[in-house]
Amino acid sequence: MREFAFDTAQEPFGQRHPDEPAPQLEARNLSFSAGGLQLLDKVDLKIQPGSRTLIVGPNGAGKSLLLRLLHGLLKPSAGEVRWQGNALDANGKRAQAMVFQRPVLLRRSVFANLKFALSVRGTRGTARQQKIERALASAGLGHLANRPARVLSGGEQQRLAVVRALACDPELLFLDEPTANLDPASTAAIEDLILEANGRGVTIVLVTHDQGQARRLGEELVFLQDGQVAEAGPARQVLDTPQSEPARAWHEGRIYLGPNTQPLRARQERAS
Amino acid sequence: MHSFWEAFAGSFGLVLALDPDLMEIIVLSMQVTLTAVFLACLIGLPLGAATALYRFPGRTLVSVTLNALMGLPPVVVGLFVYLLLSASGPLGPLRLLYTPTAMIIAQMIIVTPIVAALTRQVAEDLNREYAEQFASLGVGPIDRMVSILWDARYGLLTVALAGFGRAVAEVGAVIIVGGNINHVTRVMTTTIALETSKGNLQLALALGLVLLLIAFTVNACVMALRSTAARSAYA
Ligand SMILES: Nc1ncnc2c1ncn2[C@@H]1O[C@H](COP(=O)(O)OP(=O)(O)O)[C@@H](O)[C@H]1O
Ligand SMILES: [Mg+2]
Repeated sequence: MREFAFDTAQEPFGQRHPDEPAPQLEARNLSFSAGGLQLLDKVDLKIQPGSRTLIVGPNGAGKSLLLRLLHGLLKPSAGEVRWQGNALDANGKRAQAMVFQRPVLLRRSVFANLKFALSVRGTRGTARQQKIERALASAGLGHLANRPARVLSGGEQQRLAVVRALACDPELLFLDEPTANLDPASTAAIEDLILEANGRGVTIVLVTHDQGQARRLGEELVFLQDGQVAEAGPARQVLDTPQSEPARAWHEGRIYLGPNTQPLRARQERAS
Repeated sequence: MHSFWEAFAGSFGLVLALDPDLMEIIVLSMQVTLTAVFLACLIGLPLGAATALYRFPGRTLVSVTLNALMGLPPVVVGLFVYLLLSASGPLGPLRLLYTPTAMIIAQMIIVTPIVAALTRQVAEDLNREYAEQFASLGVGPIDRMVSILWDARYGLLTVALAGFGRAVAEVGAVIIVGGNINHVTRVMTTTIALETSKGNLQLALALGLVLLLIAFTVNACVMALRSTAARSAYA
């Protein structure tokens, strides 16, 4: 009896294929509704450690909402988020970091913004000092360390937000349209930071609606339309030979007005 | 009988000569009001921030009470403190009635709800912006309050100055609990009230001028702070 129990604990039966690694992050049947609207509808998602997953889709598709749910900032109304095989808890959240669509910077200096994030994560003394210096250097913000963070340019602010998130040594980094309002040079700087972190093993989950960025950064791609996954798979495949009508329309630069764009309430009524 | 202009000229003379009686009154006023505002901030800042940041039972009640107390007439506060401190009152044995401490208590009760209610507003606005980032970073409840209070520092200084303005101009409560005793509890506003009724317009007007100067300085400070904060995008 004892040995059996021991065995099951180590290798649960029938959970996964032997070759397939356990997903780092998993969404199962993830749904979110508010005010009678089904904003996210039965999303299933598996994210492998060290991978780069892009979430694309039109405005209002629920991309930001999905990130918030995956990061544990919102409670799903149905379904669940699993982190390394368990329900996402406080420890799981601490292993993740997020860069928001509009960078949220404290009303303090660039340096103090980094110091704050590291202190919250319990890093102090010389270790903190070194991490701050490394972060400033990688963002190219060393000369601006004592500047109030909120007078920086848009690109500088977003770089600070990215390196602040990375300074916390997350295993997974969420980014919500980090380059939406940036010029090409600033966009390239952010993408370099992301790729460099990914090279160190940080899993990337990034929302974008920029096709070029999707091609440059994507390994896996999830196409979201009206709160549902319209299509998911390797980024190249979804981008070059989209199978679903919403993804094909996006690929061709058309405005999609298909079955998924009817008023959400109507869809919900049909579903129930 | 003084003419208007005579009184005016005389009052300038008193202020410029740093008349010792005048100075004593001004110094006591400042001591009482600054102490009261300091204590009000000690209570009002965390109380206001807590109602903005935390969900706890009775949160709405605290909010409503703070707003109601903000509009409380100072004479009512004075009466309440008087009853509390009078010989037969619950705090009578402390023998605080007609002392500067009594005036500090009264002003503190008047200012604390103002500081708390304004702080709640400021903290709520900032929290709306920071909440998700803080949740993502895993900032604990104490750190959340400390950070919000610190990042709202410019707005909160304005709040404290608003409390100061209210306290320094207050007359009804301090005259009841202080008694306007010469060299003991005589402050600017109570002296103005008394001297005017006695016909000593010169001293009354001199104190009026000083109060005006203080109000002017406080407002100048608020504006300077605002522009400093705006320049650093800290507002
Ligand atoms: N916390 C929330 N409560 C209610 N509605 C929300 C919430 N968050 C987002 N929504 C709504 O969900 C829809 C999708 O929003 P969002 O995820 O921001 O879209 P996007 O794909 O552009 O990022 C929008 O209609 C938005 O108004
Ligand atoms: Mg969004």
